[in-house]
Amino acid sequence: MFTSGYVVGRSAGDGTVTFWSQALEIARVDLTVERRIGNTLRITVPFAVVALMVFPLALDLQLTTVSNIGIGVFWALGVLFGMQVALRQSAADSRERRDLQALLGVDPAARFVGRLLSGGVLMSGFLLILLLAMVVLLDPAVPEGGWWMLIVATLLVSIGLTELGTLAGEVTAGLSNRTVLASLIVAPLGLPLIIGASQSVAALSRDTSILPWTLLLIASDLALAVAGVALAQPLEEATR
Amino acid sequence: MLRDVDLEVGAGEAFGVAGPNGSGKTTLIRTAATLLSIDLGRLTVLGQDAGARDLAPTRSAIGLIGHQPTLIPELTLAENLTHITRLAGVETGRIPRALDVVGLSEASERRADACSFGMKRRVEIAHLLLTRPHLLLLDEAASGLDEAARHLIEALVRSVCSRGGGCIVVSHDRAQLSDLCSRVATLSDGRLETAL
Repeated sequence: MFTSGYVVGRSAGDGTVTFWSQALEIARVDLTVERRIGNTLRITVPFAVVALMVFPLALDLQLTTVSNIGIGVFWALGVLFGMQVALRQSAADSRERRDLQALLGVDPAARFVGRLLSGGVLMSGFLLILLLAMVVLLDPAVPEGGWWMLIVATLLVSIGLTELGTLAGEVTAGLSNRTVLASLIVAPLGLPLIIGASQSVAALSRDTSILPWTLLLIASDLALAVAGVALAQPLEEATR
Repeated sequence: MLRDVDLEVGAGEAFGVAGPNGSGKTTLIRTAATLLSIDLGRLTVLGQDAGARDLAPTRSAIGLIGHQPTLIPELTLAENLTHITRLAGVETGRIPRALDVVGLSEASERRADACSFGMKRRVEIAHLLLTRPHLLLLDEAASGLDEAARHLIEALVRSVCSRGGGCIVVSHDRAQLSDLCSRVATLSDGRLETAL
């Protein structure tokens, strides 16, 4: 059926495109679009900071309590609002755009990596701003050496949440309630990230080893990265 | 769903498909683009079995214009073309010329979300001028377009055919199909009924 007498091959572009050039191009355009619409910076960040400000009021301004739970509040709000950042781009992917990318020869794994790069930049930026706001507003009780651990854990959670959001976006591609469904996937699967991040800082307070929790974060990030790249092609075909 | 479809489009041929809404025209086009798989039978596109593991080389030689424009709204028309050509590995230096051919030189820096449907369609035509597909698939591509844009689409079809490529054109407009295509079939309830 359909066509005969042809030789397969790219028409006008001959082999100048690579996996990384496609991934970087997708990341570049994602960030350009984000710069123009500013969803993360103009909407998600202010709402998350407002939520952070509400906590001391809810605790009747008991400063010691606020200070003690500051880091926990940061992780909870970071994951909650971070999901919106993680799912934002995949929610914008229409069937037509996915079809176009397939016909342009875009490797689904390159798209995953591209989304990971742009999402990782946005997520890291978002969480670091939220961390700064938390320090200013809640004056958290951080153990000695805890700041570095907090920053490292924030970056590892950024990567993991972005991977999870991108993967959930791919799994739910083409479904009508995809944003809701993707959130339902991200929330439980993000638990190892929250546990690893919160416990790595708490371990410093207890004067116990941070290694198991840091390894949990790194292992989660690696497992999600491998799953994202390995499943990109089958998911692409399955969700058409 | 398509049933009992037996169709071969040869090199240099434009094949027209008409049919009522819901008859399976879009499914036919997406199947020909290897975007949908078949349950039974055999599908060969550009000499490649559509069941093959790596379809990327075949897909990158296919051009498709569907119902909805695929531009990124927040990018300008020129930026959209740059993005497409970079993903496809096509030389970006020809973009100004392609925009000129479709009459969008002066609007090239306008954002896609500020452009009309017809302008977005012209950008898609410019994209296909740049990527030069061997197989062109048009799904109601001329619907809602002015006469000049319809001429551009007709010129695109003739250009692909003259290069030895093939086209499948889906339209409600039988007169246009008859002018443009060497054969026209009717798709009804998933079956290709007649080929004239």
